[in-house]
Amino acid sequence: MASLKDMRNRIASVKATRKITKAMQMVAAAKLRRAQEAATAARPYAERMAAVLGSLASKVTDKAGASPLLVGNGKDQVHLLIVMTSERGLCGGFNSNIAKLARSDANRLIAAGKTVKIMAVGRKGAENLRRDLGRNIVERKDFQGVRQLTFAHAEGVASRVLEMFEAGEFDVATLYFSEFKSVIAQKPTALQLIPATVSGTQAESKSDGALYEYEPSEEEVLGFLLSRNISTQIFRGLLENSASFYGAQMTAMDNATRNAGDMINKLTIKYNRQRQANITKELIEIISGAEAL
Amino acid sequence: MAGTFRFELVSPERVLMTIDADQVVVPGSDGDFTVLAGHVPVISTLRPGVLDVAAAGIRKRLFVKSGFADVDPSRLTVLAEKAYDVDELSAATIAQELKTAEAELAAAKDDEAKRMADTLVTELRQLSPRAA
Repeated sequence: MASLKDMRNRIASVKATRKITKAMQMVAAAKLRRAQEAATAARPYAERMAAVLGSLASKVTDKAGASPLLVGNGKDQVHLLIVMTSERGLCGGFNSNIAKLARSDANRLIAAGKTVKIMAVGRKGAENLRRDLGRNIVERKDFQGVRQLTFAHAEGVASRVLEMFEAGEFDVATLYFSEFKSVIAQKPTALQLIPATVSGTQAESKSDGALYEYEPSEEEVLGFLLSRNISTQIFRGLLENSASFYGAQMTAMDNATRNAGDMINKLTIKYNRQRQANITKELIEIISGAEAL
Repeated sequence: MAGTFRFELVSPERVLMTIDADQVVVPGSDGDFTVLAGHVPVISTLRPGVLDVAAAGIRKRLFVKSGFADVDPSRLTVLAEKAYDVDELSAATIAQELKTAEAELAAAKDDEAKRMADTLVTELRQLSPRAA
């Protein structure tokens, strides 16, 4: 049986933990708002780019001569999985959900006889995947200590991806990140990056009779856009991920705070019961001692 | 005078500027061109250079570092990876950009990249004495 002093210490420590989780929740809430704003602010660029890219790509009829970024290099052997996760933990199942999706895809590809290469963006994902897919991790990028994600960060990742693609190190690239649905819902998502996925609906909405002239030429503009598109998509993934991360962390910390509160209540009841039991016991001892005289 | 048109400058991070402009000079990669209201639809890539925006008595000069412009009769959207207001550009920022640009020029592999980096360096050099 724990002594009363032990129990008092225990309650004090849970109270301290609750204070920390509460503070973390509030910090996450504030950062979430900023991350959400950043994600919203980045949307116009991505939308415009997708619209122009869509209208251009729909015109490409000559599949053979088109950019490999758009139609692929004709092979489907080596897959690159770019797995984006957070730098820190304490965010519930956030990182493991992304890793789970990436892992199941990786295992499926390996079972189908393909070669899988993994580029881990973010520390936690690399740690999670290292256990069973450690040999497949070819590249790691950490954004530790980065306060505000900027486009330059995305470009750093994108240029490395393009470099690898040009060197023929992979045929298909897929991006794994967590899509920010709402504060409580984050959905791990896989997005194919190379060859680019261009949605047809955007292409149609843009071609409302307006005939564009292209400078320098359609091919060059398309080539320019396709490489930019990689950075834009990666940037979008990073922003969505950071918003999702803070959402997940907020929820996790909210739960932790509530659990700590429950635990404090239970411990306090237990502590009071035992204190009373001790008093009763002492009283009985005194009374029976007095009666014996 | 054909009136005004909507000019938008968008960076990957956010919309930097939205204004009803009378005239904008765009540094296209095939040469500068001036956009007025009712311009023929054009999509053009940009070279590093200065966007000259004239709107209702205001003149703004914006330095852009690659990107593209999407023009249609009532609208001009410039998507730029980096953009600075020339008037607010400090000598330190220019010096830093110039340094990265020179490094890029040195590392440029093909002619195209070399040409882009070279234009960037030239443009930045032109800007630096003004800001200093």
